[in-house]
Amino acid sequence: MEIIFKNVTHSYEANSPLEGIGLNDVSLAIHDKKFTAIVGKTGSGKSTLVRHINALIKPTSGTIKVGDREITPETNNKNLKSLRKNVGMVFQFPESQLFEDTVEKDIMFGPMNFGMSESDAKESAKKMIKLVGLGEEYLDKSPFDLSGGQMRRVAIAGVLASNPETIILDEPTAGLDPVGRKEIMDLFKNLQKQGRTIILITHNMDDVANYAEEMVVIHDAKVMAVGKPKDIFNDKELLTNDILTLPRSAVFAQKLSKRDFSFPQLPITISELTAEIKQQVHGD
Amino acid sequence: MNKLILGRYLPGDSIIYRLDPRGKFLITFYFIGIVFLANNVASYGFLLLFVLFSVYISKINLGFFIKGLRPMLWLILFTVLLQLFFTPSNDPIWHWGILTLSTDGMRIAAYIFIRFVLIIFISTLLTLTTTPIEISDSIESILKPLKVIKFPVTQVALMLSIALRFVPLLIDETTKIMDAQRARGVDFGEGGVMQRIKSFVPILIPLFVSSFSIAYDLAIAMESRGYKDGEGRSKYRVLSWARRDNVALGVMILITIILLFIRSY
Repeated sequence: MEIIFKNVTHSYEANSPLEGIGLNDVSLAIHDKKFTAIVGKTGSGKSTLVRHINALIKPTSGTIKVGDREITPETNNKNLKSLRKNVGMVFQFPESQLFEDTVEKDIMFGPMNFGMSESDAKESAKKMIKLVGLGEEYLDKSPFDLSGGQMRRVAIAGVLASNPETIILDEPTAGLDPVGRKEIMDLFKNLQKQGRTIILITHNMDDVANYAEEMVVIHDAKVMAVGKPKDIFNDKELLTNDILTLPRSAVFAQKLSKRDFSFPQLPITISELTAEIKQQVHGD
Repeated sequence: MNKLILGRYLPGDSIIYRLDPRGKFLITFYFIGIVFLANNVASYGFLLLFVLFSVYISKINLGFFIKGLRPMLWLILFTVLLQLFFTPSNDPIWHWGILTLSTDGMRIAAYIFIRFVLIIFISTLLTLTTTPIEISDSIESILKPLKVIKFPVTQVALMLSIALRFVPLLIDETTKIMDAQRARGVDFGEGGVMQRIKSFVPILIPLFVSSFSIAYDLAIAMESRGYKDGEGRSKYRVLSWARRDNVALGVMILITIILLFIRSY
């Protein structure tokens, strides 16, 4: 589903002295079946932006189009189920949403709320637990007996089980170990390859460089830049104004260019970097 | 969730903000006490003027105080109606069964209403201009004499400030969990009573789990920083009593005298 923000402004506690701007006149298109990363400092408005997509919060002014569905300031709180079924959302530290007495029931919770039959939901739970890298033997355990990393996987399975077309991820790998982090990110990349739209909020620029095709930079409640990661990481203005940091490979390349190397465009992934170095060492 | 004004602090700066919280705390309770001394139009009017004047010098929009009435609206309405229709009178305007409407009843109902307004406005003024932590500090300071009878004043104050600190934390946590469950298709406030009660299970269980874990983390953090209660703990926030606080107390005495005068007038 194509997601289009049109002049969206959101203010918290409108008309009170505590009023704060969450989003300021944001217009933006997030393309269908793409992997889009949203980056920006803490408090810049990233989470506020994505919460509009499944109408958890509504704009103070402006509209958001999600497929054929339009969300406006007047949108009613009822009948949002079909929208929320299509837009799955993995929150920061999603393990805090677990509550059932078995992992299986917890994964089935979302699908059954969205009207899936019990047997289909069970089937889906079986599939999802394997997809997130845990065995079927986990289905009968209590989610509260699992480790933090396992709970995270169960929570992600619970969101994926409703089979959403668009998946929003709010720092899904925060606090995971490097191996777990890569497994989870690869899982989302695979889901995208199977035809889903992925929107990832992250502070990890390496993840952006390695996985995302599109990138949105948010700063002070406004969209500062939209485009391909490679172009944006080479935008001097964003970097000098301290709005954006670079992936590790680009930082390394910057240091190399102070010696005998030169990079017309900074490489952003390790493979790009090594290819460039190889070429410059052996090239001519 | 965020609409509740009663019990909430509003950052700002005015003479009321700068008063010592201990003084404000005592004055608020003292004022609530003397509200019950008022017995006629003049005395209620005088107190209302005083409260409105305090609101004025606090530089806070009156709208906040009126919003503060809202959670109490049903209680106020119920009490006022009770007074209006159940005040016995020899000279009723209207009479039906046990219901009686009289000028006496109307007068008393109006007094009760003003009494509510006075009490809610003055306590809202306290909480809007005083941070919860200042309130808990002043309770500690006021309770200090009870140490003589081995009352655990510092522990109680610590419990109080931790409890207050947890309120915004739990509100945040509740909002977060509600959002997460909404995204998984829960509709709060839909369906019958049973359905609605059931829809709170997915919030309450995670909330319990996370508040226990926050409490556990807090205990570890305090212990690892060497927390130990008892004698000789110094204070990070030192309360200081200034001349304006004496003036504020003086104003209260003056108001009591004027009130006693109007009352018997």
